[in-house]
Amino acid sequence: MHILKILFKNAFRHKLRTGLTILSITIAILAFGLLRTVIGAWYAGVEASSAYRLVTRNAVSIIFSLPLSYKEKIRQVDGVATVSYGNWFGGIYIDEKNFFANFAVDAKTYFDLYKEYAINDAEKAAFLRDRKSFVAGRKLASRFGWKIGDTVVLKGTIFPGNWEFVMRGIYRGKEPNTDETVFVFHWDYLNETLKKNASTRADQVGFYMIGIKDPSQAVRVTHDIDGLFRNSFAETLTETEKAFTLGFVAMSDTIITAIRLVSFVVIIIILAVVANTVAMSVRERTNEYAVFKTLGFGGWRIAGLIFGESLVITLMGCAFGVAATFPAAAAFGKAMGAYFPVFSVEMETVWLDAAFSLIVGLLAAIVPTYRSLRISIADGLRMVE
Amino acid sequence: MRIPFSYSLRNLWTRRLTTILTASGMALVVFVFTTILMLAQGLQQTLVETGSYDNVIVIRKGSGSEVQSWIDRAQSSIVETDPLVATGTDGKPLVSKELIVLIGLPKKDTDRISNVTIRGIKESSLSLRPQVKLIRGRMPRMGSTEIAVGTSIAKRFKGADLGGELRFGMRLWRIVGIFDAGNTGFSSEIWGDVEQLMPAFRRPVFSSMIFRISDPSQFDALKKRIETDPRLTQEVKRETRYYLEQSEMMAKFLRILGISLTLIFSMGAIIGAMITMYAAVANRTSEIGTLRALGFERKSILVSFLIEALLLGLCGGVTGLFFASFMQLVTVSTVNFQTFSELAFRFSLTPDITVKALFFAIVMGFVGGVLPAIRAAHMNIVEALRTK
Repeated sequence: MHILKILFKNAFRHKLRTGLTILSITIAILAFGLLRTVIGAWYAGVEASSAYRLVTRNAVSIIFSLPLSYKEKIRQVDGVATVSYGNWFGGIYIDEKNFFANFAVDAKTYFDLYKEYAINDAEKAAFLRDRKSFVAGRKLASRFGWKIGDTVVLKGTIFPGNWEFVMRGIYRGKEPNTDETVFVFHWDYLNETLKKNASTRADQVGFYMIGIKDPSQAVRVTHDIDGLFRNSFAETLTETEKAFTLGFVAMSDTIITAIRLVSFVVIIIILAVVANTVAMSVRERTNEYAVFKTLGFGGWRIAGLIFGESLVITLMGCAFGVAATFPAAAAFGKAMGAYFPVFSVEMETVWLDAAFSLIVGLLAAIVPTYRSLRISIADGLRMVE
Repeated sequence: MRIPFSYSLRNLWTRRLTTILTASGMALVVFVFTTILMLAQGLQQTLVETGSYDNVIVIRKGSGSEVQSWIDRAQSSIVETDPLVATGTDGKPLVSKELIVLIGLPKKDTDRISNVTIRGIKESSLSLRPQVKLIRGRMPRMGSTEIAVGTSIAKRFKGADLGGELRFGMRLWRIVGIFDAGNTGFSSEIWGDVEQLMPAFRRPVFSSMIFRISDPSQFDALKKRIETDPRLTQEVKRETRYYLEQSEMMAKFLRILGISLTLIFSMGAIIGAMITMYAAVANRTSEIGTLRALGFERKSILVSFLIEALLLGLCGGVTGLFFASFMQLVTVSTVNFQTFSELAFRFSLTPDITVKALFFAIVMGFVGGVLPAIRAAHMNIVEALRTK
């Protein structure tokens, strides 16, 4: 107990300096925690994907479509339970800044396949009845203040024109990591409009979403589906939903790698600051340590004092930082909800915070300890600041 | 009377370990700051240099990029006959009707599929883009299933080198040439005959049209004429402007990311500088008392300590910049969200970024040093002299 008391007393001999050091560690831990949470949010879609779903798209690339006629053929494949389909609509609401994902989907099957999107039966029935209607996620609806019955106009980028929709329902996520920012409307509405205006583009879907009976059969089912359409005009590529989502995330992997590297840089910056503080404290106490040595305290005790002090400082900063990470992440998640549908701090981040504080505390004390142990008693006593 | 500059300099030198630690913290912040700005700059430069000022691009209104754009044969013929379309040395109009599609190809190192731009070209495409130079092989013959690939594609993608064959659109395409377009987006493209690629991808329409304008000062008149033509649904942009818009979102994203990150990090480094400067003041209390007793004013003390802090910042800034400048040797590639396709580019260091980084470092030094310097300047002479 005594040793802990002396460590705290030593650490807070310079209140201002120690306070500033702790503050800088707090900031660094906070920044590190937030950066890791941002990366985690990037992968949220991958985490939320279901093993019971496959996605089939055109093998050439995602911008090419598949004929609607594939639907019945896919349904006949052994192991397939439901087949739904959709198009990325890419509509803009008022301004490009208001980005959110909007899909034209097969209304009848969509909510059966995406069971984690909870919608009450009355709203679902209203949605199915009205071809010009749409359903939005809870977060998206509250972002723009949409209420049931409101009319929303999207400007098409892929499908030109202004498209009018009426809101008929709001879905909620059943899991904490379910994306609640999606906008879905009737694929039939899109298709009928295309038949009138651009008939060559009608009866084409962007991707099929396939529900399977048994996830362990996924590989065989993907092979069977792709085999059906080999050497046709539109060859397909079927993947599990996880692989499909991961493909999108992987596109930005350069940026993710950069953020990851940078989150380690902040740890090194903080190492420099803490090492500086410890070096200064130890230098000022050269006399004291010489007295300790004269009294017969061994080198390992002095080393223990220095390491202990360094650890007291870093671990206090770490505790404050971790405590601040949770409210900060909540505030950040609220402000950036449009870009990161799911934003929560993982337990792993907290463990990493603690590990890095420990490492920084130990590394920072190495050089000062080495110096104070090497100096002879006479030199230590003689040294004047 | 001013305290000599060398006083500040020597103080830093005496406390080497502390100076190095503090400056290296700042150097890291400056390094991150500079590299992210360099990344955004490199991306933008690559896309801006892709366009040329005299070239005009015609895309569908509201499509935003060539990938989502279309222009049918009848419409393209209307645009082609505009009097402002320049004529080449062979007497033919300098017009190219092009097709842009994306295909997925596996990368060499990771085997992961990434989107690549395929551009269907005409004979005049090359003369419209003087920055594109053939470095190996030859250009694809019109009317054949031959393609030429950009240097970044040849380097990064599997089987995309000279003599290789790529399979897409139910055909095999032989690579007969490799072209270099320097630091532009074309280096990340595959080129082939548009009249072969259109049926292969079953596209009945072109994506975009590019032509040279014979009198650049008449651009506004041309724009008005085409955009108000009731037969056309296209809009007209200068090529430079078009490519600038393509890079805007991504560059902005990188800049905001970089600046907000470095602001947070700089707080850590500023606190480091503050600790160092407070210690410098505390250790030199009697020295400051002596200086004041000798007749140096409070102002001179303040300035002297500030200079010390600024020097600390400058040290960090120069070190950070030095290491960041090596990043220019690195080429990175990422997917541009606006066009959805792979683009390779370099970190690019401009004088502007250098000045910004140094300024940033000095500001960090200043913010860290101002409070300690004020404390030093406000010391009481007698009390300061009395402390041991």
